Amino acid sequence: MSSAMLDLILEATLDTLYMVAISGVISALVGIPLGVLLYVTRPGQVLAQPVLNGVLGVVTNIGRSIPFIILMVAIIPFTRLLVGTSIGTNAAAVPLTIAAIPFIARLVEGALNEINPGLVEAAQSMGATPWQIIHKVLLPEARGGIFTALTVTIVTLVSYSAMAGAVGGGGLGDLGIRYGYNRFNPTIMLITVAILVVMVQGFQSLGDYLVRKSDHK
Amino acid sequence: MIELHDVSKTYVLKGRGGGIARTVPALKKIDFHVPAGRIHGVIGLSGAGKSTLIRCVNLLERPTTGTVTVDGQELTGLSRAALNQARHRIGMIFQHFNLLTNRTVFANVALPLELMGVKRAEIQERVTPLLELVGLADKASQYPAQLSGGQKQRVAIARALASRPKVLLCDEATSALDPQTTASILALLRDINRKLGLTILLITHEMEVVKSICHRVSLISDGELVEEAEVGDFFTAPRTQLGREFLNDFLKLEPPRALIERLEETPGTHSHPVVRLAFSGDAVSTPLVSRLARECGVDVSILQAKVESIQERTLGLMIAELMGPAEKTREALAYLESHDLHVEVLGHVQRDA
Repeated sequence: MSSAMLDLILEATLDTLYMVAISGVISALVGIPLGVLLYVTRPGQVLAQPVLNGVLGVVTNIGRSIPFIILMVAIIPFTRLLVGTSIGTNAAAVPLTIAAIPFIARLVEGALNEINPGLVEAAQSMGATPWQIIHKVLLPEARGGIFTALTVTIVTLVSYSAMAGAVGGGGLGDLGIRYGYNRFNPTIMLITVAILVVMVQGFQSLGDYLVRKSDHK
Repeated sequence: MIELHDVSKTYVLKGRGGGIARTVPALKKIDFHVPAGRIHGVIGLSGAGKSTLIRCVNLLERPTTGTVTVDGQELTGLSRAALNQARHRIGMIFQHFNLLTNRTVFANVALPLELMGVKRAEIQERVTPLLELVGLADKASQYPAQLSGGQKQRVAIARALASRPKVLLCDEATSALDPQTTASILALLRDINRKLGLTILLITHEMEVVKSICHRVSLISDGELVEEAEVGDFFTAPRTQLGREFLNDFLKLEPPRALIERLEETPGTHSHPVVRLAFSGDAVSTPLVSRLARECGVDVSILQAKVESIQERTLGLMIAELMGPAEKTREALAYLESHDLHVEVLGHVQRDA
């Protein structure tokens, strides 16, 4: 294999990691609070707001029901507005982030739902404010579940990022399609898939480790 | 210290598929007062409203009507923020402990202090003695999952005491524990009540709990307080049918089954009364049976008997058949009643003369 090919593979790997990192961090920063909001505004919860909860739920579901490939092209004008271009890794990170936010939010909501309601009740009996309940009870108790949610999201982002080639985003998926499939180069195809497998495995192991480390249930 | 006035709680259940909403009364016009420094028990069957009642005291459940006053402060009239302040002076422990799984024992006890904004150094100073008080100083850095049920409840007690409350609410605090652990938790609660002068309100379905630590007891049934008495009185002479059922169940003092089947409500020509006698105080040491025989000329056949000590009082219970002619047994009953005994005629049993 030529060194030019190796450079291409290395660059595609870094592109994939870059897209996953950017979209992973931003979607976590938005998605975790959204997930908390989805949970605490439920009827009967510490900040019960049924109307807001309904609206957030619908918006989240819309976000989750649009196929990623359609989302990617549908929001091109928004992407352009945000990063100034519709091609490249930065441009691909925008739809990735937007797709991941509702995904994380629902997973975080699910993780919070696993918490024994008695813990919230105990904190209320101690005179905890809703904000104190969120950051002293809900988030620490759901820590393991939140790490699980982030791991699932990152792994999903790795596979979604393979579609980023459709908007000229680059990355391993793009490389595999262009060189492996269009130019009939099975070696490249295998290598890109192998790198993706290793990457997913790595993220999963790291995630499992963090869950084990943070959860004392 | 704790005062409930005219407290009712009604739940509204939405009908299925937009049907008519149904209201379920959980508490009906509860009036209730626990003086400072006392241990008051509320006993009742499941679904009677015990949990709702205790949750109304710190407004985890907001009563539909009525007022709740704790330590002279009317909680039902407070703003959210003021209520949270007031809750710092009311500790609570739960059946399933409700400890935070991702906090160590130390950090669990520190939680209420963090919520109050107590400085880190002061938290350190206050948590350690509490862990010593509940006997878990060596477990400070362990997580709840590593503890036994009794140890978890001890942590929960330390946590409830951290904010130096005046009142402790115990919601079925020993129901998930085995009898020995229950006894040790109850001993700890009694100790705290004496040492700190803490007022304790507890709800339970176990007579054992009432017997071993309560001063006074209320009986709740179907959302109403149907009976309230000093514990010694309640165990000697419950005034309601439900109270008697609780007591019989606890003492396991029922006439033998073969006899129950033959019991008749009205006396017949050759029948003898079967009575349940309860006596406390001086009457316990009186040689009652032989006196009955001598003074009233009846024979006494003891079917079952038991002596219990309830706090500082001794309580004797006996199921007996009074054997003799009708006028003699009537005399015997009158004699017993005149001697400060609680007499209940369970029925009459026919004897072939």
